[in-house]
Amino acid sequence: MEHHLTTPVREEDVRKLRMGDLVYVTGTVITARDEAHLEALELHERGEEPPVDFKGVGVFHCGPIMKKVDGEWTVVAAGPTTSARMEIFQDNFIETFRPAIIIGKGGMGDLTSKACQEFGCVYGAFTGGAALLAARGIKKVRDVFWLEELGMPECLWVYDVEDFGPMIVTIDSHGGNMTQDVKTQVTERLEKILAEMEG
Amino acid sequence: MKMTFEKIVEDTAVELLRIAATELPVEYVEEIKKGLEETDGAVGRAQLGNILEDIDLAREGSKPMCQDTGIVAFMVKVGDNFPLRSRIKEILVDATRRATEEVPLRPNAVDMFKGNTRDNVGLNGYVPMIFIDMVPGGDLEIIAMPKGGGSTNIAAHRMLKPGLGWKGIKQFVIEALAEAGSLGCPPYFVGVGIGGGEDLCMTLAKKALLKPFKSRNENPDVAAIEDELLGKVNQLRIGAMGLGEGPTALDLHIELAARHPASLPVGVVISCWALRHARAVITGEGEVSIDRSA
Repeated sequence: MEHHLTTPVREEDVRKLRMGDLVYVTGTVITARDEAHLEALELHERGEEPPVDFKGVGVFHCGPIMKKVDGEWTVVAAGPTTSARMEIFQDNFIETFRPAIIIGKGGMGDLTSKACQEFGCVYGAFTGGAALLAARGIKKVRDVFWLEELGMPECLWVYDVEDFGPMIVTIDSHGGNMTQDVKTQVTERLEKILAEMEG
Repeated sequence: MKMTFEKIVEDTAVELLRIAATELPVEYVEEIKKGLEETDGAVGRAQLGNILEDIDLAREGSKPMCQDTGIVAFMVKVGDNFPLRSRIKEILVDATRRATEEVPLRPNAVDMFKGNTRDNVGLNGYVPMIFIDMVPGGDLEIIAMPKGGGSTNIAAHRMLKPGLGWKGIKQFVIEALAEAGSLGCPPYFVGVGIGGGEDLCMTLAKKALLKPFKSRNENPDVAAIEDELLGKVNQLRIGAMGLGEGPTALDLHIELAARHPASLPVGVVISCWALRHARAVITGEGEVSIDRSA
């Protein structure tokens, strides 16, 4: 199934998405990688809030190439980064800030999957490396935060997007996790191949 | 004359980085197209289709195909009679700074204390990485190879017990790919380095990625092992982007060195689908020829 979502996405609409569905997002997508996740969570723990509201929007694991043209930031290339690095705090992030969709590549693990079930979130896999395809869906750079402190790849870029996608839902809010399923199958095949080599 | 040569080398290195970041060698593109034709599943077809569309956008717009333009490496061969010697290193560093602005490349060099250096150059002369070889003749050969973090993180290294021999090596390579799974943007290219020592095997593995596409090792025994391993890696069916459909690896090369009697070092260096590189030869007369082949 194909879905076209507009942010902020309501939890009931997130829960309609199923593993294997195609999804496009219109509205707000905010980039956040390792450092931005850490910073946002640390601020929250200190009783402060990050400068952006993640509720119902897309959180994009991405460190883009940006360029200032006539004083305005423009996107040169903005594909997904490896999401597995964020697995250590993604569940806490989802619980705290309630984004609708985590966008990245390479999939995520059980902690994220559990948080998606509990709080109504999904993981949308964008084709890794397809940075210009992603950039095409970004219509405007609305804001940037923490650029000085964290640098271009790690800071928060706030994008206005239009039909940003296609993403494949690989983690839904019902316990489905496509990347984990493939991983399990690959491990089984590996064991078979190694056993055959032992003869 | 000296200044002119310095400028030729710098301009060429900037151009090589631009070509590498924006134009994937056509042989790889054709192989990905073939992979798409042979893939039935919609999920795998979508991934390969997106990759091909992205490659076209990059080439048409002269923009980096991936936002992760990597840590820059140069493989350099300096001929005995080429007019420049140690200055080459500084020129390549300057070229990296310029390419960061002009291509542009993403600033990817991080100082553990001060953060991103913002120009892809950093710390004690180590980045960009420059591998220099001295060769007979009067030419300078430069290969620019920017490599992304995702596929760099899935590299594997092991000091095997020599008694495990080829079987141990093969099993380790296949395990390394299974472990890499979806994380480094498959379909992959695989470089395997064997022997030398704990360090050299990794360098050999990285250089093995640059061997001509689909060429096989000159030693027929090693060539047969390359074919066997590529076949077994594809039997894992990790698939495009690790979603279980489409090719897992497009090519695999082995580079061998002698080993210590007590050691069997093995390195596995993996590239994402975007195996980015470009090569140029600059003659002693300052003529530049650029090679875009895989």
